[in-house]
Amino acid sequence: MYRYSEFDEAFVRSRVAQFREQVARRIDGSLTEDEFKPLRLMNGLYLQLHAYMLRVAIPYGTLNGAQMRALADIADRWDKGYGHFTTRQNIQFNWPKLQDVPDMLDALADVGMHAIQTSGNTIRNVTADHFAGAAADEVMDPRPVAELIRQWSTDHPEFQFLPRKFKVAVTGSPADRAVTAAHDIGLRLVLRDGAVGAQVLVGGGLGRTPMIGKVLKDFVPLADLLPYLEAVVAVYNLIGRRDNKYKARIKITVHETGIEEIRAQVEAEFAARKPLFSGADQAALAAIAAQFAPPEFDAAGPGDDAEWRHADPVFRAFVDTNVTAHRHPDYAILTVSLKAHGATPGDCSSAQMRVLAGLAERYAHDELRVSHEQNIVLPHLPRRHLKAVHEALLEAGLATANVGLASDIIACPGMDYCALATARSIPVAQGIALRLEELRVEREVGPLKIKISGCINACGHHHVGHIGILGLDRAGVETYQITLGGDGGPDAAIGERAGPGFAYDEIVPAVERILTAYLALREGPGETFLDAVRRVGLGPFRSALYGEGAGEAQADAA
Amino acid sequence: MPRPFVPKVLTANALIEGDVVYLAPDGGWTRHHAQAELIEDEATAALRLLDAEARGHEVVGPYLADAARGPKGPEPVHVRESFRTRGPSNYAHGKQERA
Repeated sequence: MYRYSEFDEAFVRSRVAQFREQVARRIDGSLTEDEFKPLRLMNGLYLQLHAYMLRVAIPYGTLNGAQMRALADIADRWDKGYGHFTTRQNIQFNWPKLQDVPDMLDALADVGMHAIQTSGNTIRNVTADHFAGAAADEVMDPRPVAELIRQWSTDHPEFQFLPRKFKVAVTGSPADRAVTAAHDIGLRLVLRDGAVGAQVLVGGGLGRTPMIGKVLKDFVPLADLLPYLEAVVAVYNLIGRRDNKYKARIKITVHETGIEEIRAQVEAEFAARKPLFSGADQAALAAIAAQFAPPEFDAAGPGDDAEWRHADPVFRAFVDTNVTAHRHPDYAILTVSLKAHGATPGDCSSAQMRVLAGLAERYAHDELRVSHEQNIVLPHLPRRHLKAVHEALLEAGLATANVGLASDIIACPGMDYCALATARSIPVAQGIALRLEELRVEREVGPLKIKISGCINACGHHHVGHIGILGLDRAGVETYQITLGGDGGPDAAIGERAGPGFAYDEIVPAVERILTAYLALREGPGETFLDAVRRVGLGPFRSALYGEGAGEAQADAA
Repeated sequence: MPRPFVPKVLTANALIEGDVVYLAPDGGWTRHHAQAELIEDEATAALRLLDAEARGHEVVGPYLADAARGPKGPEPVHVRESFRTRGPSNYAHGKQERA
């Protein structure tokens, strides 16, 4: 894992000291809110519906036990004893007081963390595959590249006032668990003739104008990656629109300018910038990569979890859903669900954070991950410890066996917290999960991604949900639109709207009707929900939602 | 015909805690919607907003929100504003915690 260099440490500390002064000047009246707002946003401090909110970056979702424990301590000391893990591998504290925030940032700096550029029109926290360095299907660990981008983009003088925010995601696996196609820049590390490079996607994004990223360049050698990224962001910085906030993201720039023209401008910019890179970036990358060397895997064998699985059906169900193949045969990647039925997706109490920290330290090479699906991962867990870890998780209320199933729902904070939201998300997620538990159908339904956003900005990724739910305000009343067939994987696709929206008390039954229709029409348990939608289209689901015949009628109207 | 003016309350977030506050009839800030001043004409509303914008050392982001006269004082009209009087629905945090 990456450890802060002296430079990182000094930089983060100086930013905290600066912000401490800025907060003091805001409180004593020397700074107006107009002056202070960009300063607080640069440091991750938002004002939400009921309180301030501090968004802390967890770069590429990686943290160790000490860092997780520090988050727990911050939650207890300055917040309400919990944190909310987000779809961008951040953690949000929902109740800080303004004068406490500098102390919170200092406590983060103590463990090599910060909240810099988690807001504002800058390059945001770089996200990556949450199974990085552990997955069996990986070309290369994406995190050294992500860390290099973090260092390059942090306080980059040219890119502090971009037309709009800018999000980068990196995957090292063809499975693309980082939703790269929905980012301003998506990097997919690939092998070509024995050398690692990146396929560069540009102009993806969700929000009010959802777009799947386009391939800007099929292969950029690692040695050219940073100057190439700099060229892309420089072109965007110059030609991206500043006249209209809703047309300012690079996806609109690409859409309006055309990918060929963007490519030509990027190539020209790259040619001018490449000679300015002395090779220091490559030296830095090599030094970073050394810090991400895989842990020394212990060779004690896989243990007897096969025997336990036979004896204990609860454990068996847990292993079946929450364990993913590790690159080492004696190891498991364990996803710990933060989606207990009826709980708030992504929320974790300070006590649970401490349990997770302890388990990572004791059993799993002191490493944890935050996934964009709002779960926590123990990426390197020897299989022989699975049983002990499961027992500890059971005690902490963290052993829900639903990863990848219908109740493993992504939900943004919605109108329970967010100042931008137009409807609530959390209670909808809670309602669906509780209903699924009541019906006991989610194992039969199988792999299914439900994603809920409480406004058009799509933090809940609803466009790429197999079932997407978008909460809107219709004349002061919450209304929910359903989309079907979205996909955030390597063949990313935007879901199609099913039809008119549903009221707050209608949305859970509507989702239930979709699942019932799917179970009736699928060709067998091997045909997933997404496969079924692709085979039959939306018609049968529209009939299930809006009554017999609605499928055909709407197909005609379209 | 000009549209009839929808009564308003002036609301903001407190500078330090971020808690939702409302302008009270005595010019102070109250944490309770029902104790807010119900502003029933447009000119007064504009004046109150200007005044609040000059009190940036006390509150952040003042704005006028639609409200209606109720038996115990002004009541929110929009669902968003009624959430702001209570707090989130997933935990008893915020105003409802102290109620």
